Amino acid sequence: MNIHEFQAKELFRKYQIPVLSGRMVTKAEDARSVAKKIGGNVWVIKAQIHAGGRGKGGGVKLARSLDEVEAITTEILGMNLITHQTGAEGKIVRKVYIEAGADIVREYYLGLVLDRTTEKSVFIASTEGGVEIEKVAAEAPEKIVKVGIDSLTGFQPHHARMLGFQLGLDKAQLKSLGKFAAGLYKLYLETDCSLAEINPLILTDSGEFIALDAKMNFDDNALFRHQDILAMRDFDEEEPTELEAGKYGLSYVKLDGNVGCMVNGAGLAMSTMDIIKHEGGEPANFLDVGGGANAETVAKGFELILADKNVKAIFVNIFGGIVRCDRIANGILEATGKTKVDVPLIVRLDGTNAVEAAKILREANIQNIITASDLADGARKAVAAAHGK
Amino acid sequence: MSILINKDSKVIVQGFTGKEGTFHARQCIEYGTKIVGGVTPGKGEQIHLGLPVFNTVVQAVKATGATVSLIFVPSAFAADAVMEAANGGIKIIVCITEGIPVKDMMIAKKLVQQRDVVLIGPNCPGIITAEEAKIGIMPGFIFKKGNVGVISKSGTLTYEAANQVVQAGLGITTAIGIGGDPIIGTSFIDLLTMFEADPETKAIVMIGEIGGDLEIQAAEFIQNNVTKPVIAFIAGQTAPKGKRMGHAGAIIAGSKGTAQEKMAALKKAGAIVVESPALIGVKASEALAQITDKDKENELETSVMSSIR
Repeated sequence: MNIHEFQAKELFRKYQIPVLSGRMVTKAEDARSVAKKIGGNVWVIKAQIHAGGRGKGGGVKLARSLDEVEAITTEILGMNLITHQTGAEGKIVRKVYIEAGADIVREYYLGLVLDRTTEKSVFIASTEGGVEIEKVAAEAPEKIVKVGIDSLTGFQPHHARMLGFQLGLDKAQLKSLGKFAAGLYKLYLETDCSLAEINPLILTDSGEFIALDAKMNFDDNALFRHQDILAMRDFDEEEPTELEAGKYGLSYVKLDGNVGCMVNGAGLAMSTMDIIKHEGGEPANFLDVGGGANAETVAKGFELILADKNVKAIFVNIFGGIVRCDRIANGILEATGKTKVDVPLIVRLDGTNAVEAAKILREANIQNIITASDLADGARKAVAAAHGK
Repeated sequence: MSILINKDSKVIVQGFTGKEGTFHARQCIEYGTKIVGGVTPGKGEQIHLGLPVFNTVVQAVKATGATVSLIFVPSAFAADAVMEAANGGIKIIVCITEGIPVKDMMIAKKLVQQRDVVLIGPNCPGIITAEEAKIGIMPGFIFKKGNVGVISKSGTLTYEAANQVVQAGLGITTAIGIGGDPIIGTSFIDLLTMFEADPETKAIVMIGEIGGDLEIQAAEFIQNNVTKPVIAFIAGQTAPKGKRMGHAGAIIAGSKGTAQEKMAALKKAGAIVVESPALIGVKASEALAQITDKDKENELETSVMSSIR
């Protein structure tokens, strides 16, 4: 789960990680009073969406008067912000964060993330702040510093020294960074955070490190023990179809093609997309209906797939293990009764009771159901049907 | 021969009396697995499926001599169950549970590494040694006995692959689902080592997916250490970046962990990489036929040599 910058900064404050003062507003008329309360004579107005690259897209602007604060907030609220992470369709801005300005001496990058190779949480730091870290990693890997933290020892002072000295900090700066990093690690650990990223992390003229931006992702599997984090979830920021799928325990990801896929199991679902491509088609989605597929989940699956108007054919690919294929076949018949499927339906049922399942489908004699004997046969027929053949 | 488990392996089930535990324990018993009891805290001294229930793993191990544990404990408590098994004298832990918090698994894995213990999973279908023992949730009937070892990150795709292998006229020695989570107990390398050493296994099917770099590590290992043919498939060639594809670990982070880079590494290492998941069985069959031909040539050569002598 992702949260907004202003929410991440609330958490930072709780853990005494330095941030500038700021407030979130949803209405432009509140902007002036909020800016007044923050004080100073420079403010930064920042669009709050779950995507990076907001500055380049015109979603982050400087205001030098209260009038400007109000004007810019009015401009940003409700705008359709397009960045390299939102896709071409962009995202509507519903919340704006107004933050005090700061004197920046230098910009750094600091991230904390699980490294799957070493199976440790790793601090990633760089003197190249404000730039995409992937870009730095590709172009100047020597400017990236990594320090792994063993989960049994946790964050220790030497970790801070390893970070600080490699970044070329002086003693006072190193102390400030150490405090910052220790706080961040504590927050990361206690909230089951999967990624914390501060880009840029700024060094001010008073020698203090402050988070100018803050991005946090959390481990979905651990949210059950963090009701406070769960309450920060912003449904407006999530893909509506994926959200709907999640409610039914289905895993759905929309893609750009025209062959809809309904599969049991994540690995087989990915492979089904792959084989459609291999046979010259384009998959419209990833959909895992889970190990316990039944009439209800299958019906929901059809509904999700057909909500995408690009879909010209649906490939149902089920390998029945513990779940019997005859049950799935009945589920498909029941589901097509509930949800009208008006595109060719290519059905491949293999595994437990596959023969009985084929018989059920044959005898039902539904015009748009085409049965397939195996994975390749199903993919070929689905691609042909999507091409109108 | 086979790897890790056989018909004599003594198995306990943690989360034995729960719905999943009960259903799958019964299926394992029917398959022939030597399930000797189970653990459900608070239900000790009861009898379930005709077998004793214990409150703790230590008690279960002491009373039954079990060396393997199959875990169906719910995700919030599963990492603790793994650690209890590791501390309780179990040697092979198979954790089926999906959805365990990553940080819990990081700690559980550290402990497992300190003990002399093999952890399979979590978020996996388990292990099956064809026609001997099934310690997991896979449909047993697909796995006919033969000479192909299977290692896979996915459940249903493992069944698909095993089915293709059997349809091609071959069979399976042992099949292991290693799991689709970011942190898993046993990697491809560990199992490639075991299959390479197993005389009965003649070829290895390896099924990976997007996310992480276990397949890249495996490629390097194959190049230097595996003499048997490896047929490899990587799921997610058409997966978009930054999107989780069902499994917690199946995500391309930035530009790392793509199917394309894994396939290229495996190809370079000499593995037989199939682009289409429908070709796993066919390629395994071709690879085995080549070995048989070579064996025949060798035999012929030997007999020619001896006749010359």
